[in-house]
Amino acid sequence: MKDAIGNVQRILVLGGASEIALATVRRLTEGRADAEVTLAARPGTRRADAASGLRGRGLTVTEIDLDVMDRTSYERAIGATFDVGRDVDVVLIAFGVLGDQERAWQDLDAALEMTQVNYTAAVGCGVLVAERMRAQGHGTVVAFSSVAGELPRRSNFVYGSTKAGMDAFFTGLGDAVAPDGVEVIVVRPGFVRTRMTAGLRPAPLSQTADEVAAVVVEGLRAGRDRVWAPSAMRWVMSGLRHLPRVVLRRLPI
Amino acid sequence: MGSRRALTGWGKTSPSVATVVSAGEDETMSQQVVGATGRGVLARGLGRSYGDAAQNAGGVVLDLTSRDRVLRIDVEDAVVEVEAGASLDRLMRVLLPLGLFVPVTPGTRYVTVGGAIAADIHGKNHHVDGSFGQHVTSIDLLLADGSIRRLTPHEPLFWATVGGMGLTGVILRATLRLTPVESAYCVVDTERCDDLDDLLARMTEGDDGYTYSVAWIDCLARGSSLGRSVLTRGWSARRDQLPSRLQPRATEFRPRQLAVAPPVFPSGLLNRSTVTAFNEVWFRKAPRVRRGEVQGIASFFHPLDGVGEWNRVYGPRGFLQYQFVVPFGAEDTLRRTLELLSASGLASFLAVLKRFGAAGDGHLSFPTPGWTLALDLPLGAADLGGLLDRLDAEVLAAGGRFYLAKDSRLPASAVAQMYPRLDEWRAVRAEADPRGVFTSDLARRLDL
Ligand SMILES: Cc1cc2nc3c(=O)[nH]c(=O)nc-3n(C[C@H](O)[C@H](O)[C@H](O)COP(=O)(O)OP(=O)(O)OC[C@H]3O[C@@H](n4cnc5c(N)ncnc54)[C@H](O)[C@@H]3O)c2cc1C
Repeated sequence: MKDAIGNVQRILVLGGASEIALATVRRLTEGRADAEVTLAARPGTRRADAASGLRGRGLTVTEIDLDVMDRTSYERAIGATFDVGRDVDVVLIAFGVLGDQERAWQDLDAALEMTQVNYTAAVGCGVLVAERMRAQGHGTVVAFSSVAGELPRRSNFVYGSTKAGMDAFFTGLGDAVAPDGVEVIVVRPGFVRTRMTAGLRPAPLSQTADEVAAVVVEGLRAGRDRVWAPSAMRWVMSGLRHLPRVVLRRLPI
Repeated sequence: MGSRRALTGWGKTSPSVATVVSAGEDETMSQQVVGATGRGVLARGLGRSYGDAAQNAGGVVLDLTSRDRVLRIDVEDAVVEVEAGASLDRLMRVLLPLGLFVPVTPGTRYVTVGGAIAADIHGKNHHVDGSFGQHVTSIDLLLADGSIRRLTPHEPLFWATVGGMGLTGVILRATLRLTPVESAYCVVDTERCDDLDDLLARMTEGDDGYTYSVAWIDCLARGSSLGRSVLTRGWSARRDQLPSRLQPRATEFRPRQLAVAPPVFPSGLLNRSTVTAFNEVWFRKAPRVRRGEVQGIASFFHPLDGVGEWNRVYGPRGFLQYQFVVPFGAEDTLRRTLELLSASGLASFLAVLKRFGAAGDGHLSFPTPGWTLALDLPLGAADLGGLLDRLDAEVLAAGGRFYLAKDSRLPASAVAQMYPRLDEWRAVRAEADPRGVFTSDLARRLDL
């Protein structure tokens, strides 16, 4: 159960090697080492490293296989986690691919992989987690969207389109499940310097995973339904949205 | 049957949704208990516990307040049999005109008899009269298998239920021993204390001469005035102690609510400057010493009940109450707590300090001999969690414990250390409710 301060007892990370998600878990469990964390991700060194990092902080970590291209895989991961043990207080939906943007709009396989991971599987997981949390009568879903979803741009519009879709889904889901005591928080980070963006030119207002995590946890504790990271991004995005497309196209973003 | 609703405790933190069912007849409730799903069943009274004790996320919550009949009053023997959903407010209105008073009253009259037993509540008279459960002579308990048993203090299940936070079953009815009184008033002595030492010394010396005693500490006072406080103590007033105009209606009891707090208050209204200003006025207003003042029961015991839903003033994020008891000899822990809080600048309106007497027999009952300090703290400050975690460690190291009816944030690991009879309680509960039908958010959080 989540307590009055916002300390949680059990967290499920779907996309358990995501740097932003792991930073969020660290932040969320700061000071209280008695939480349990389940990392659902592809088996391998990245998941193993993530798990041992969290164990090193005193957390109890379970690793579970997840292949989001395979529906039965995420059904099994979510089912197995909710079926046994304590209630799951927080689920982080943190998987996603950035891919090669130029291939993504020209190569069918690349386009479909990106939509399946970032959109289809996110929706699928959202449906299953929502069902479990409604039965629990409490819980929080953290959906990692992106500012790229707010505004289609030439440089990453396929990625942006998948995030726009998942963002819309989780925004609506939040309204749908609120009467059952379940909260959904949609997180819209700008450019984050992680493994996923290594090699890309950092955009203005770029940030670290820890900085995003701080915004997420503050948003969770304040009961917000969406947050931007950094927070100023909210106003930047709302400004950009009103620019004429000809101007927007010329901006180096 | 029932509606799905979000519930919180009095502190308005950690809401969860349950199917809330207004309690019907015994038979109906029995069927509801037997038919419970995996998320279980819990009784709820007036929701005056601060944290998540009266919540059962995803399960059924039986709202007992519809079962509030007074079944039998024996004025001669000073005994009453009531349904568990009756509030102490109702009991006082019925009983005081007959010259009878509840044996223990908390700081609000808006608690049910069921809630008072389940939390084994204490009042200003704990040092002489003990806790609520010690005045209960029988409990009708609806058990997990749907049967109803009349429990007496000879049975372990009675003492697992007293202080058992609703986790052994649904209390349907109880028989209470009452206190005969001559009036609905108290005779009160008030003293202003300069600092913590002054206060503790006066309480240690004088408390035993009074039936009721409590001190209000200004939490923002620092340095040499750390612990400055107002100590109020008294007795139930005899008729001949009342002014003559009150004597003919000495036992009349008709308290009124003066106001209801409006629903919308911004978070952060209670900040260091507003609270400091309030406390300053309040402390200066108190007399240096005043003896023999006659006060009505409502204003002596339940000053906050004059404003309905006052918990709203803490804004949407809510607040928590931090209440612990430390044994005599651990006065340093009190001092450290006040120091840390006043240094942190977290605005606590007032802290309430009491001296507990001997412990009762409830396995999980809170009161043990020592000093109990209770503070209301608004949520929102980023460092509150860390600060309280540090205080927890000090309280536990001093051999202290926390009050489950107030708790909203302890980690599960703290419970066994605070409540040495936890395993005994668990064994009795497991026998009475092997499937764990009765459960709550508190039980889930603390692995009870
Ligand atoms: C302003 C204020 C002042 C207070 N002062 C004091 C004080 O001085 N001393 C003190 O000890 N406490 C004090 N309290 C706390 C309060 O007395 C307890 O929390 C009490 O349990 C509240 O009763 P309730 O009917 O509101 O119960 P709820 O809050 O509804 O429930 C509390 C617990 O009792 C269980 N319960 C309720 N009814 C039943 C039943 N019929 N059968 C089985 N279990 C049941 C619930 O499951 C839950 O675990 C104060 C609270 C407030 C808001």
